[in-house]
Formats: sequence, structure tokens, C-alpha cells
Amino acid sequence: MAKELIKGNTAVAEAALRAGLEAYFGYPITPQTELLEHLSYRMPELGRPFVQAESELGAINMVYGAACTGKRVMTSSSSPGVSLMMEGLSYIAGTEVPAVFVDVVRGGPGLGNIAPAQGDYNQIVHGGGHGDYHLIVLAPASVQEAVDLTGLAFDLAEKYRSIVCIMLDGSLGQMMEPAEIPPMQPLKTEIPDWAVRGTQAGEKRILTSINLDPPAQEVMNYRLMTRWQEIEANEVRYKGYYLDDADFVVVGFGTAGRISLSAVRAARENGIKVGLLRPITLAPFPTTILDELTDSVKGFLVVEMNAGQMLEDVRLVVRGRVPVEFFGRMGGVVPFPDEVLNEIERLIRGPLTTDGHPRDRWLARMADVIG
Amino acid sequence: MVLTDIPSKIVYERPQMLDPIVTHYCPGCTHGVAHRLVAEVLEEMGEVENTIGVASVGCSVFAYNYFNIDFVEAAHGRAPAMATGIKRVLPNRMVFTYQGDGDLASIGMGEIVGAASRGELLTVVFINNANYGMTGGQMAPTTLPGQVTSSSPTGRDVKRQGHPIQTAELLSTLEGAVYVVRRSLHNSREVRRAKKALRTAFEVQKHGLGFSLVELLSTCPTNWGMTPVEARDWVEERMLTYYPLGDYKVSPAVAELKV
Repeated sequence: MAKELIKGNTAVAEAALRAGLEAYFGYPITPQTELLEHLSYRMPELGRPFVQAESELGAINMVYGAACTGKRVMTSSSSPGVSLMMEGLSYIAGTEVPAVFVDVVRGGPGLGNIAPAQGDYNQIVHGGGHGDYHLIVLAPASVQEAVDLTGLAFDLAEKYRSIVCIMLDGSLGQMMEPAEIPPMQPLKTEIPDWAVRGTQAGEKRILTSINLDPPAQEVMNYRLMTRWQEIEANEVRYKGYYLDDADFVVVGFGTAGRISLSAVRAARENGIKVGLLRPITLAPFPTTILDELTDSVKGFLVVEMNAGQMLEDVRLVVRGRVPVEFFGRMGGVVPFPDEVLNEIERLIRGPLTTDGHPRDRWLARMADVIG
Repeated sequence: MVLTDIPSKIVYERPQMLDPIVTHYCPGCTHGVAHRLVAEVLEEMGEVENTIGVASVGCSVFAYNYFNIDFVEAAHGRAPAMATGIKRVLPNRMVFTYQGDGDLASIGMGEIVGAASRGELLTVVFINNANYGMTGGQMAPTTLPGQVTSSSPTGRDVKRQGHPIQTAELLSTLEGAVYVVRRSLHNSREVRRAKKALRTAFEVQKHGLGFSLVELLSTCPTNWGMTPVEARDWVEERMLTYYPLGDYKVSPAVAELKV
């Protein structure tokens, strides 16, 4: 199938539909709305349910209900809307039913703005909803990658009876670029054993997240955590650029990773031995490669469109063995490649330290830049 | 002829859809009656094996332990949204929610209005006992003016705590809601009328006519601090005044249904 010029939101919507999406429930919010709009005509065209819910609370709970039938279902929203979905996500996790959602991240906190950001990292990667559970979080850096990860998201959700989030920076949702959307897949015909459907003369099935007996709840918690270990062992995805001989490595995901790649290429042209590690799964986090790189590099530069949220996960792996520096822009401000290049050059010049916190040094440097 | 020679015939027994176990409901609580009516109606319609229930948060959170059918358990107030998700992907199944007044008329008002206005093909069994039962009898959106609860210890003061919500009346204004009625479970006559209403509500769904809801005035003797008999009388004397029984919405298509 030929490539077409297509907007990220629309591409993800069409990719989901072609991956066998059986029902979509959503609520309008910028910069995600094109995803909902696309499915508002495509789903009925194919005779599949599309519901514009009364709220994000409604949307995620419709997903919860439909997911209990074992069908491929999804919702999408943007940061403030995703905050509202946290309740439902916790219940879906607690019931162990597969579901996919897209967070087209915008500037915050609060209403913030509708510009691209990565400030939802902590909320999405480290929970958000109550209780012990993990999401699989996929962070594409291009429209094509978003398309490819959409099909994967459904497969992973079903394989692990887990929630999968496609974290799409607002820029990727809004940007048009050439992408190839895979051909239409047939709808799933197999219904998993656990799915409700009416007893049809068989045993009744109950799907619930309540368990008043703490030891029994703990058994469920243990199952979720050991399943997560399995996911950590099998599902880490990342992309490395120029890592083989790198003295320094930039770590960035999504849009920040893509901008950093431009900076890394510019630095390479100047003879600087710098590479890029772009996590594709933010959860499970690519800890092994990061740990291996720590043994061979002189330092890391973490670049994000937030105040250093993934930074903490990087620091947990590096554990002070080599210096980690940070550069970020917040509130919907997107960094330019030359800003990242300046940071790379600053690292090369040194001096670098493992003392203190990289965020403090970054904030001090930004005092004259911001505002 | 001695008494034992009279041929015996079972004329009334537990519906098979209800598992033969003791419920966790308090003595005198009408949840058990409401469960039984739902079970009888679905059995009479031959829909037991084709039905998926959505339980809510409140005393009926474990309703699924008593109904021998597929069930899911929703977050507080979200049962109509969850039921929407199920019904949209399984349109040929009977889907009903079973919700209390705190669940439906307070935290879940957005979801119930949304589902009703969209005309979702769902049946809602709405239990109104004028307080939050499970958490120990706090003021609910349905608590009557002056009613003492554990969070309105001097009686509900409408100037300070607002007025009770008349759910059936409110939802009946929505075009998508085609059958909205209020019944009561406080005496046998009303129980029979409640059953008939539930039958109609499920028939409405079966015939694809729209959203249906049966509000059932119910007792909560434990939290009201009454005996079961006093609680029944309290429904009759106090609740019926504020919550008149009646048919608040019967669309022309529903009126033509032969039940």
C-alpha cells in the first residue's frame, strides 16, 4: 500500500480501525479531536459502534464495559481528559481486561494549553490511578511509528490482559507526514474464556475489581506484578542511534527524541561522538541498554518536553556512575535542535559532575531563558 | 381423609436465576425483593442466559453473587456507561444496571443522563432508599427534607443542603428515555405492580424501543433506625409524598406493547 500524507491523529484512528477495532468511545478535546472525528464516520461506515460519550469518565467506562466482552476497544483523549480517565484505568487494571487508549499530550498542569508536551509521563508511566498496577506505554516519534505501534498496542493488550497507552505528543497528533497504513484486518472471531457474553447455559462469569479479602486481593496483586516482570523481560523496545562509539548519549522519547536526533546528527557532523537512545516503550523502561551504556559512556543528556520526569528513571539506572545532565522545555514549548546541540556541546566542554541534581542545574541555567 | 392425603403442588419457589444462598442484606431490606423480581421477570421472558448485569457501588455491590448470570461490577456511578459499552458491542444481549440512589442520582448523574438521552437500549433498576446504605446511612441526593442521617444529624436542611432529587421525573424529560416509572416495594400490592413495571422495562429493551428505568422506593431499616415494619410504614407515610408513584414517561410505542 502506498504512503499517504496524513495527520497523526487520523493515522492512528485509521490504523486502529484496520487492526480490528470493534468499538470506539471518546470525547472531544484538543489536540486529539481528529482521532474521534475520523472514527465518527469510519466506524458507522463499517457497522461498528462509535459513541461520543458524555465525558471522559463516561468514555473510559464504556471502554471498560466493552472490554469485558473481549472485543478490541479503545478511547483517546488529551492530558486533562486523561486525568478524568484515571479512575476507569485503575478499574480496568483491577479487572485484568485488555484496553487501549491514546493520550495526545498537551501543556499543563490544569487546562494548560493545546501545544505539544510530555508532562503526562509520570501520570501515565508511574500509574495515575490508585492501587498497584502498570500500563504498557508506547511513545512513537513519527506518524509512521504511531501507526505501527497502534496494531502492536492491541496485540500486547490482549496478550497480557493489560492496558496499553499510546502516548502521542500533541505535535505528533497534529503533524502531517507520509505514512503507510496497513491493510484492513478481519475482526477477531475468538472470544476469550473470561469475557462476559450471557451464560448461554454455561457457568456464569463475573468481572469485578472488588476483593474484600486482603489475602485474596494480594494474590491478584502478585499476579499483576509477576505478569509485569514478564512484560519487562519480553516487551522492551527502543531505538539506538550512533551508540557504538558514543562518548555521550542523549536520552529522549517521542518528539523530544526526534528533535534530539537532529541535534545528534549535527554534532556528528562536527566530529562529536554522541549517540541517541530513544525509548519506544516508556514502560517497560529500557533499563538494560541504559545500564550497558553507563559502562561505556562519559555522560548522559536527558531531553524532555517536561521538567525532567523520565530523568528520574534514567538516574535510577545510572545510579551516579557517570554524570547525567538534563535539558527540557515545559508548558507546550518545543525545544529547537540547536538548543539541544548547545547542550551537547556544553557536555563535551565540561566540567561535569555527579553531585547535586541535574534538574537544579538546569533550572539555574534556564532562569535567563524562560520568561 | 387425613391432611397428608391432599395432593401437594408447588406454587411458588425461588427463581433458578437466584443462587440458593443467604444474602448479606439486612433483615427487612427490600433489595432481596427487587433481586427476586428481576430474576422472575427474566426467567418468565426466557432471557436468563442471554443477560449481562452491571452491578454498582453501594449495598448491591455484590448483587452478582446472587444472580446466576454473567455480571460485571462498575465503578461508583458509572454503571450506565459500562452497560453502554457492553450493549453496543453485544446488541442482542439483555443488559441491565442495578443501582442505588447515591450511585445513580449523585456521583453517577452524568452517566445516567448521558445513557438516557442517547436512548441506550438498557434497563435500569434504580433502588431509592433515601440514604447511602453501604457506608452507614449518610445523606443522599434522595434524603427527604428534615430526614436525620449520619451526615445530616439535625435533619436535612434544604436551605443548607439542597433539595432531594426526583429522579424519575427528571429523566422522564429526556427524549431517549421511553419508559420511566416509579414503583414501591413496601407492600405486596406495590411489589406486584413493581414486577409488572420491570417486565415492561425489559420488554422495552427487547423490542429496541429505547432507555427504560424503574425507580423502586425501598426500605433501609438498619440505617433508618427502625424495625422492618416501621420502615415499611415510613415509605408509605413519608416517601410516597415526596416521591409519588406513577408512570412518568410511557412513549406511544411503549404504550402499545402487550405485556
